[in-house]
Amino acid sequence: MLAEQKHWSNRLFNTINYSLLILVSVVTIVPFLYIVAVSFAAPAEVAKGGLLLFPTEFTLGAYKYIFSTDTMFKGIGISIYVTVVGTFINLVLTSLTAYPLAKPGLRGRRLFMLMILVTMLFSGGIIPTYFVVKAFGMINTYWSLMVPTAISAFNLIVLKNFFQQIPDSLEDSAKIDGAGDLGVLFRIVLPLSMPAMATFGLFYAVGHWNTFFNAVMYINDSEKFPVQVILRQIVLLSQDQIGDTTSQQDPTDYLPQTIRMASIVVATLPIVLVYPFLQKHFAKGVLLGSVKG
Amino acid sequence: MPDLDNNLVQATAGIPVESKRSIIKKDLIRNRYIYLMLLPVIAYYGLFHYGPMYGLLIAFKDYGIADGVWQSPWVGFTHFQHFFENPYFWRLIRNTLMINIYELLFAFPAPIILALLLNELRLILFKRVVQTISYLPHFISIVVVAGMLVDFAARDGLINNILGVFGMEPVAFLQEPGWFRFIYVSSGVWQGIGWGSIIYLAAMSTIDPTLYDAARMDGAGRWKQTLHVTIPDIMPTIVILFILSIGSMLSVGSEKIILLYNPLTYETADVISTYVYRKGILGADFGYSAAVGLFNSVISFVLLTLANTISKRVSEHRLW
Repeated sequence: MLAEQKHWSNRLFNTINYSLLILVSVVTIVPFLYIVAVSFAAPAEVAKGGLLLFPTEFTLGAYKYIFSTDTMFKGIGISIYVTVVGTFINLVLTSLTAYPLAKPGLRGRRLFMLMILVTMLFSGGIIPTYFVVKAFGMINTYWSLMVPTAISAFNLIVLKNFFQQIPDSLEDSAKIDGAGDLGVLFRIVLPLSMPAMATFGLFYAVGHWNTFFNAVMYINDSEKFPVQVILRQIVLLSQDQIGDTTSQQDPTDYLPQTIRMASIVVATLPIVLVYPFLQKHFAKGVLLGSVKG
Repeated sequence: MPDLDNNLVQATAGIPVESKRSIIKKDLIRNRYIYLMLLPVIAYYGLFHYGPMYGLLIAFKDYGIADGVWQSPWVGFTHFQHFFENPYFWRLIRNTLMINIYELLFAFPAPIILALLLNELRLILFKRVVQTISYLPHFISIVVVAGMLVDFAARDGLINNILGVFGMEPVAFLQEPGWFRFIYVSSGVWQGIGWGSIIYLAAMSTIDPTLYDAARMDGAGRWKQTLHVTIPDIMPTIVILFILSIGSMLSVGSEKIILLYNPLTYETADVISTYVYRKGILGADFGYSAAVGLFNSVISFVLLTLANTISKRVSEHRLW
C-alpha cells in the first residue's frame, strides 16, 4: 500500500517536473524559431500573421537586401575586431591580476582586494566615466569599447579562487627548475586553467559582441558603428534604408518585418556559433570558485 | 635569480633587528615581477574606476567644460535640492522601487526554481538539452530582446495575433503604462532564468550524496528531500546573491528601459538611471545629473550594507 502510494506520488512528481521543463524550453525556443522562419519567409505568408514556424516558401530576399550595401558587413567586421582584441585584453589583464592576488604572501593583497570590491559596489556613474574616456581622447575610437571594460571584478575574483586551487607544489617545482613568476604563470598556471580561460573568454566575448550602450555614448561616427548599433537603427528606429533601394532587387522579396528579423539573425548568429566550441570547456566546475567564495 | 634571493634571505635571517624599510625593499626586489604584473591593473583601476569617483565632485559644482572638474565653482548641495524639489522626484523613486520589487519577487526566485527542477531529473540527456536551450537567450543582446518585444507586442504583432484567435481586442502593449513593468520583468526572466540557474546547480553539485541517503532512510520523499536537504544546502549561495541583487537595485538595467520606453510610458517606466541619461548625456546638464547619479549610488550602498547587516544577524551568511 505504502509502496504503491510512493510510486504514484513519484510519477506525479516526474510528470509535473518534465511538463514544466518542456514548457520552459518551448517558451524559450519558439521566439528564436519564429524569427528565423520569418526572416526566410515570403512576404505574402508573413503578411497573413500568426505564429509562423515553418515557411512553405523560402526566399533570401531580406538577406540580399541587408547585404546589398556594406553597412552591415562593416558593422560585423568592427564587432569581430572589438570582440577579439577586447577579449584578449580582458584575459591578459584579468589573469595578470588574479595570479598575484592568489599568492598568500603578497604585501598589500587585502587592501588591493578591498579596492577592487569597492568598485563592484560603488561607481562614479555614466557622466564622470564619460569624461574620463573623453579626457583620454578615446571618443570615436574602438579603445572606448575595450579599455573602460578591461576587467570585470566578478570574473577576477572567481579566477583568483580558481588559481588558488592549483597545488603550490607544481609552482614550487617549476621555480626550482629556474622559472620566474612570469614563467610560472604562462607555462604552469595558465595551461592548467584552460577551462577557466575558455569560460571567462566566453563571458567577455558575449559582452563585447553585444556592447551597445557604450557604443551609443562613445561612438558618434556612423562609419564606426558596431553591429548592435546598426541593428538598433533597423529594428527599433525603423530605418530600413540600410539596403540599396536603387538596385535591381525585386521589392516583393522582402518586407520591413522580414528585414528586421533577418538583421537579428545576422547580428546574433556569430556569437551563438562560438558557444558550442567552448561548451566542452565550459564546465560548471569553474563557477564553483564563486560558490565557495 | 631565485637562488640569489634565497641566499639573501638566509644571509639576512641571522640579523635580529631589521628596519621596516629594508624588509619592504627586499620584498620589492624578490617579488618585482609580481608587482610589475600588477602595475597596468593598478593604472586601470585608478583611471577608469577611481577617476570617475573623483569626477563625482562635479555633483557639488557648477561644472563648465572649460573649467574642468577642479576649477569649476562650488555650489554645495544645490543640485541635490533641485532634484528633491523636482515634480518627478517621487515618480522616479516609485518606478525604480516598483520595478525592483517585481524583480526580487519574480526574477530572483525563477533561476532557483529552475535549478531545483533540473536537479531532480534522472534523464541526463534531457537535462542537458533543457539546459542548453535555456542558456540561449543569455547570448543575445539587449537590442535584440528589445527588438523582439517591439515586434511581438506591436498592435499587429504576434501576441495580438494569437490573442485575436481567442477573440481579444488588440492592445498596443508598449504604449500602455500599465503593461510596462510586466513586459520588463517577464522578458528579464525569459533571458536570465537559464543562465542564472548555473550557479545554483554548481552549488547543488557539491552537496554530499550521503545526506540524501540519510533523508531517504528517514522516509523523506523527493519533495521533503528538496525542502530539507537541497534548499538548506544552497542557502548561503541564495543569500549572497540576494544581498548582491539588493545592492544593484537602484542601478536597474537602464539600457533595456531606454530601448523600450517612450514618453507615453514614462509614468511607470522612467527610473533614476534613465533620468540621469536623459539629463546628462542628452541634455548635457552634467553637474545636476552627476548629483542624481550620486544620490542613486549612495542609496544603493546603504541598501546593500543594510541587507548585509540584517543577513549577518539573522542567518550568519554575509557578503563581507
